Amino acid sequence: MRICQSILLATTALALTVAGIQVSAADTSDKRIALSNNYAGNSWRQAMLKSWGKNAEQAVNDGVVAAGDAFTTAENQPTEQAAQIQNLILQGYDAIVINAASPTALNGAVKEACDAGIVVVSFDGVVTEPCAWRIAVDFKKMGEIQVDYLSGRLADGGELLEIRGLAGVFVDDEIHSGIEAGVANHEKFNIAGSVHGEWTQTVAQKAVAGILPSMPEIVGVVTQGGDGYGAAQAFAAAGRPTPIIIMGNRHDELTWWKEQKDANGYETMSVSIAPGVSTLAFWVAQQILDGQDVPKELIVPFLQIDQADLEEGLANTEPGGVSNVEYSLDDAKAYLASVQ
Amino acid sequence: MTGLRFFASPRFWRGALPALSLTFVLLGVFWLQPRAMSYFGLNLLFNLAIPIALATIAQMFVIAVNDLDLSIGSFVSLVACIGATWLQETPLLGIAALLGCIAVYACLGALIYIRQLPSIVVTLGMSFVWSGCAVLLLPTPGGSAPDWIRTLVTYKPPYVPMPLIAAAALALIVHFALMRTSWGVLMRGVGGNEKAITRAGWSVLKLKMTMYALTAVFGILAGLTLVGLATSADANIALRYTLLSIAGVILGGGEFVGGRISPIGAVLGAMTLTLTASFLSFLRISPDWQIGAQGAVLIIVLALRAVVNRMEARR
Repeated sequence: MRICQSILLATTALALTVAGIQVSAADTSDKRIALSNNYAGNSWRQAMLKSWGKNAEQAVNDGVVAAGDAFTTAENQPTEQAAQIQNLILQGYDAIVINAASPTALNGAVKEACDAGIVVVSFDGVVTEPCAWRIAVDFKKMGEIQVDYLSGRLADGGELLEIRGLAGVFVDDEIHSGIEAGVANHEKFNIAGSVHGEWTQTVAQKAVAGILPSMPEIVGVVTQGGDGYGAAQAFAAAGRPTPIIIMGNRHDELTWWKEQKDANGYETMSVSIAPGVSTLAFWVAQQILDGQDVPKELIVPFLQIDQADLEEGLANTEPGGVSNVEYSLDDAKAYLASVQ
Repeated sequence: MTGLRFFASPRFWRGALPALSLTFVLLGVFWLQPRAMSYFGLNLLFNLAIPIALATIAQMFVIAVNDLDLSIGSFVSLVACIGATWLQETPLLGIAALLGCIAVYACLGALIYIRQLPSIVVTLGMSFVWSGCAVLLLPTPGGSAPDWIRTLVTYKPPYVPMPLIAAAALALIVHFALMRTSWGVLMRGVGGNEKAITRAGWSVLKLKMTMYALTAVFGILAGLTLVGLATSADANIALRYTLLSIAGVILGGGEFVGGRISPIGAVLGAMTLTLTASFLSFLRISPDWQIGAQGAVLIIVLALRAVVNRMEARR
């Protein structure tokens, strides 16, 4: 009798273990992931949503997850997005991936989601609520490496022109502080002037054209992406020699760079964040649902295009779009393994 | 017989329309998302409607005296910023700042009345002042809501969710004060017939200042509730509230002129607006169409109102 009982116990235990293993391997096939996005009005966001949609559709077809729906608020306002997140909680999603309108104003809604047992992953526009995961971009570094690059190219240093983004926006502050730190590191450089290009070619062109007459000789232009082509046009229109303009992975910027390279061997670099970071966020959420141990703070690598990769980078960029890298499940796993 | 006549009267329909629209949208939400039909669900659906309802009541006080406040959204944002910074770190300074805001609003009322300025221009200008102050106070989003506000807004009473209790209390208190007291008649009289109030020996200046001060009081309540729900602030947190609050008052049966307002209707209107957004998102309407669809709901309700008004005119 005693033996019988112990055998029974052992089998049960074994069965449980086997079941346990199976569950953790195919755990997420019934899980639903939602994307809460606050804005869709520029080429970067459009590419971001497209990457998410393509990737989520594939994942659903492969049976990895049950749903990967994307929601964008009608207006770019934190209160709207907070309400949207609460709606997603009600709709019973297992994970919510957020590109946030505000780093702080959504914290209440995010906390509600966490309390309801939902996995919350924020990326690009991250939230500060401790219960959420953050896939942040090191924007400061993005500013710093521009000056580092210029320092390698220009031994004598000189005057720089800075094109900033939109005043009062977190990303603009971060990249700007990175550029300031870079200039502090390389004392041979000096920022002669700065304008706001709002990450838009036409605005940048107008702003640069306006400030150029009052500028000394400019050796380099540090940018935030989406403004390099406009700056190049403004320099050409003013009849001034083209300095080294850092590009931001937009198709028009890369095309212009390629033309200059073929015509006169122009050299520069290009840096921005790949909109495909949304797919990384998707897989991070899936991995957390799968029961993997993922650190709360993740830094996403940015996408840098150097002189040698220009042709390849241009070939991978759609006209009117931004250079992109999309993550597959294996890429995401490799990335997570590298940070752990 | 008299009962039946009452149900056919335009007066009844005017009052019932906001409640009917809310019920209609609520049924739609329940049908699409049965999960919402629970304590937890109702809480999530309505908790962000409370600051909007408070802002709508604030707007209603100004509309009652035939004015319009285009700065309420940025004012609520500023209050949220004060709530998440000064009120948390140095409560005395925070309270002083909020009292200062009320004083400024009262002065605005006086300015608009004495100089006979259009309120739209003055408040539009003030919206930039409030926004500027909010950015100065909180240049990057952050701060944290005082614990007592957090406790208050996340309080979970038994049986009925807090947002519904708060909405009912707000509607009834303001309704009683404005519609059932002689003081309330005077206030609405400023919008209805300013000359009559003056002839009767009352100071319209004082009444207008009081109404503007009340706007500030309810704006402050909205800001503090919002920061409690959000846990921290952002200088742009409530910019949407300006238009939402005006739409809420009108949806709730108020008129832009003549002191015709309905506090209960305004609260219901604000809740309907919030719920419509959820309803459309449950319907999975693309965001490009959502604003249009929200507008369509407004137009339908206002069209029904026009029908009611015509019934009134025929009598």
